[in-house]
Amino acid sequence: MDDAVLSLKYHVSPDDFKTAGEASSDVKNKLKKMGLSPEIVRRVAISMYEGEINMVIHAYGGEISVDIGMEAVTIVLKDKGPGIKDIDKAMEAGYSTASERVRSMGFGAGMGLPNMKKYSDEMKIDTTIGVGTTVTLIIRLC
Amino acid sequence: MQLRDIAELLNAALLCGEELLDKDVGTVYASDLMSDVLSQVKGHPLLVTGLCNTQVVRTAEMVDIFCVLFVRGKKPDAHTVELARDGMLCLMATDKTMFEVCGILYENGCDG
Ligand SMILES: Nc1ncnc2c1ncn2[C@@H]1O[C@H](COP(=O)(O)OP(=O)(O)OP(=O)(O)O)[C@@H](O)[C@H]1O
Ligand SMILES: [Mg+2]
Repeated sequence: MDDAVLSLKYHVSPDDFKTAGEASSDVKNKLKKMGLSPEIVRRVAISMYEGEINMVIHAYGGEISVDIGMEAVTIVLKDKGPGIKDIDKAMEAGYSTASERVRSMGFGAGMGLPNMKKYSDEMKIDTTIGVGTTVTLIIRLC
Repeated sequence: MQLRDIAELLNAALLCGEELLDKDVGTVYASDLMSDVLSQVKGHPLLVTGLCNTQVVRTAEMVDIFCVLFVRGKKPDAHTVELARDGMLCLMATDKTMFEVCGILYENGCDG
């Protein structure tokens, strides 16, 4: 990885639907101010927000670190949630274990992980049942 | 069509974002499912929704939607309006149903 120009860290509160998205919003604003292209900013914002929402609705919140380098933006979303049993299945569009409550709030269609894959250049999921999940997203700048 | 024309057509109340009323809206995306908004939206459509929570504004912000119209008389809480203001979004609310809103916008030349 290239030297980070800016490194950011965020704490994501568990089960807090009101504040979910604050981290992604902050990153989006910072990237905009740095003058990155609107398309890159949009890809980072959408993929990070999907990950941030997943941490809130499927895990118990967690930590996000964002490294903005000369060549790429690297986002690491780390939670101590239940883990993902079957990653291939979770990556399928339409697969979701979201609760009725989450669905009533407009999420849980099983589109998040496929969308993160679509908008990032690289995506890696490390997960252990009962321990947690770490999702790494890389969006290249050139 | 400008946002102010849309507000007039739908008898919609402006909740915030007056400075955006001159902006043109080409396309419209109607959904209560933010998962779909995040994965399907292209460009900068007007978002018409019956869902009314802070994540509607967050979702709009992420996909570069600059105006959200709430249907069926739903009004977001003060916190949500505050978020929209911070993100420089326009929020409007109408008593009309999703079906009526989409019909009227379609009749008046808006595309999906
Ligand atoms: N951080 C996580 N911890 C545990 N399970 C997860 C996590 N992220 C995703 N999953 C599992 O993978 C499934 C698919 O995730 P995905 O984001 O694609 O859909 P969703 O969150 O259920 O719905 P949507 O993203 O459309 O709102 C989830 O339903 C959940 O079972
Ligand atoms: Mg998701």
